[in-house]
Amino acid sequence: MNYKQLVNKPQKLAPGHRSCAGCGFPPIVRTVLASTDSPIVASCATGCLEVTTTIYPFTSWKIPFIHSAFENSAATISGVEAAYKALKRSGKIPKDKEIKFVAFGGDGGTFDIGLQSLSGALERGHDFVYVLYDNEAYMNTGIQRSSGTPMGASTTTAPAGKVHQGKEEWKKDMAKIAVAHNIPYVAQASVHNPIDLSMKAEKAFSTKGPAFLIVFQPCQTGWKYPMEKTMEIAKLAVESKFWPLYEVENGKYKLNYKPSKNVPIEEYLKPQGRYKHLFRPDNKQIIEKIQQHVNEEWEKLVNLCRD
Amino acid sequence: MAELKPYREIPIGGRIEKAGNSEEFKTGDWKTFKPVWNSEKCTNCMVCPVLCPEDCIPVEKGEKPVRKETDLDYCKGCGICAQVCPVKCIEMKKGDADE
Amino acid sequence: MNKEMPLTGAQSVAHAMRQINPDVVAAFPITPQTDIMMNFAKFHSDGKVDTELVRVESEHSAMSCCVGASAAGARAMTATASAGLALMWEILGVASGSRLPIAMAVVNRALSSPINIHCDHSDSMGCRDHGWIQIYNETNQEAYESVFLAVKLAEKVMLPCMICLDGFITSHGVQNVTLHDDKQMKGFVRDYEPKKWLLNTDDPHTVGPLELQDYYFETQKQRADAMIQAKEEYLKIGKELARITGNEYPLFEEYQMDDAEAVVIVMNSTAGNTKAVIDKMRKDGKKVGLLKPRLFRPFPYKEIAEALKHKKYTAVLDRSESYGANAPLYAEIKSALYEADSKPKLKSYIFGLGGRNILEPDIEKVYDELLSGKFDHLETGYIGLRGE
Repeated sequence: MNYKQLVNKPQKLAPGHRSCAGCGFPPIVRTVLASTDSPIVASCATGCLEVTTTIYPFTSWKIPFIHSAFENSAATISGVEAAYKALKRSGKIPKDKEIKFVAFGGDGGTFDIGLQSLSGALERGHDFVYVLYDNEAYMNTGIQRSSGTPMGASTTTAPAGKVHQGKEEWKKDMAKIAVAHNIPYVAQASVHNPIDLSMKAEKAFSTKGPAFLIVFQPCQTGWKYPMEKTMEIAKLAVESKFWPLYEVENGKYKLNYKPSKNVPIEEYLKPQGRYKHLFRPDNKQIIEKIQQHVNEEWEKLVNLCRD
Repeated sequence: MAELKPYREIPIGGRIEKAGNSEEFKTGDWKTFKPVWNSEKCTNCMVCPVLCPEDCIPVEKGEKPVRKETDLDYCKGCGICAQVCPVKCIEMKKGDADE
Repeated sequence: MNKEMPLTGAQSVAHAMRQINPDVVAAFPITPQTDIMMNFAKFHSDGKVDTELVRVESEHSAMSCCVGASAAGARAMTATASAGLALMWEILGVASGSRLPIAMAVVNRALSSPINIHCDHSDSMGCRDHGWIQIYNETNQEAYESVFLAVKLAEKVMLPCMICLDGFITSHGVQNVTLHDDKQMKGFVRDYEPKKWLLNTDDPHTVGPLELQDYYFETQKQRADAMIQAKEEYLKIGKELARITGNEYPLFEEYQMDDAEAVVIVMNSTAGNTKAVIDKMRKDGKKVGLLKPRLFRPFPYKEIAEALKHKKYTAVLDRSESYGANAPLYAEIKSALYEADSKPKLKSYIFGLGGRNILEPDIEKVYDELLSGKFDHLETGYIGLRGE
């Protein structure tokens, strides 16, 4: 789908939601939901997306929507999808009516507390799409470290100080964890590239069985950058190879975008307040470590795509 | 603001029965900067309506969709539209939200 | 056609689920509940039900799956015990708060720690204030029939419902159970026809929003009212069910209560032992009786106060502790009697934690203590505890 086709689709997330100005997830949600013409039922983990879009008595969701708890977006949608199969069998839903299912979760609700529920739903093979909007920390509760937080980032529970320089561990590789479930479709996308995202969402919806999308979503509040730069930062993440765009279809890796020039990681880190401390002279080696890690991971990915 | 209803008059279980009714909640007064759009320079590429977090850039749908004036009732003034515009036809200007 | 056959409590519940043929069942094993799901899974594999059976990876996901299925418009059921119920705790509140009529068998088992797989009521008592209707069952027959009542009641008042039966004692004990006619039972529960359901995509709505200071309170009052309404509906639906089964579904069962001077109040399987003791003591001319609550949530305060008002002595036997507070059933009975003009002298006993046996002489001793009139009613008695 291109931009012109995307705007011609019905919008399924209404304005009037209370996400921060410059927030990245509304375009992700709208693009994903625009990528199928079938009716969709959505579930959502507790988090920014859920609380900003359903402040009673208002909802931004124009489609059937359920939020249950923080850690069970996948288990909840598996119940909805099971109900769909049952009601189709009993004739309450017409045989020719096809409904799609999508579960949303942030990194906290997916990498951490919701990992078991997600793993269970992927293993059971429910026909649904899980969309992880990855803003790399627990943003809704006030920017706490998650296992999706990258090494070196300062968060409120792993703040940069005199002794510790933010998060000291590498970011968990959530896409690979999804791939390890042998599900038919896994992809990494980014908010700044809705064309790539939409292509992936279309594939995910048309795939029978579970599909997993992990979408990079800069957060101006948590990452501390000017609110207009959300798309620019996301683009830098991709250009610097920090966030590769790739997909894994039936176990086969495919790189969707190869940056043409070598953008050093500093260019991506620099505009973000959460990495400010890394630019002190005594923390230079942390940036070098990150750069080395990015290079190694990129090489590994390129090799996987070559196989 | 919506009228606060007594407990017997609301749907059970906190259900919201009117889909997409957040449209009744205007977020336009959040902004300090507002987008000023130069329609003559605009190429109708449709990048800004897709990436706008508020879905507040209306579009006349069709084979060649046409961008309309930003709906300031919802625009929070983030400036993403101006930043992503390939021809730089949007400028963020300080101004009264209600202007 | 009715069929009488020897069945365990777990098998009885599984048969009820087979006859109901729920749209969605979420299954996760935990002792001593597992037998319900194993039996039900066999029915599923043999094509006796066309339920969508979801073998989830935890009880937390079992309840989450039921929440999703129920909100989607399906009749959803599951079963659990002890730690499984505790793990579900958060989602139990989501189910009742979102007003989803999920029915769940709870095979009562002690909570950790130390870990113990045997019967007490600490699991279901732990979530007694969570907006679930709770029906307690003495026999396999009661447990079997309560499943139908629970499903229909839940869907009437739009609140989830637990069917509680004693771990091992009832779940694994074999009794003769009359299974009522499949068609008749199916006709009794009918199909689930919710007003709003997520899979009705032409009528989209939002379930489980964020409610703040302006609306959360109102939503809770609705839930409380629905729970109150559940008492009357329980009786009405019970009468309807009685026409098929010939059994009664009172708020509580009264056994030899008319002239009883000493009353024991106890729930689930121990009520059976108590009846045997009563029969024996009655032969010796002792005026002893039993009050066995069936419906614990909502709690029938007024009716129980009425039943106890002319009694002299009453003992409440709780199969769970409330560490630092009155035991759960005792607390309710005491509270029921507060407004009564005439009330018995009331004593709290705790028994059977972690499956500790309660024997007929133990119960007899309680009656004797009551009848003597010489007991410290303010001190909690412990039955079968060493050192007591």
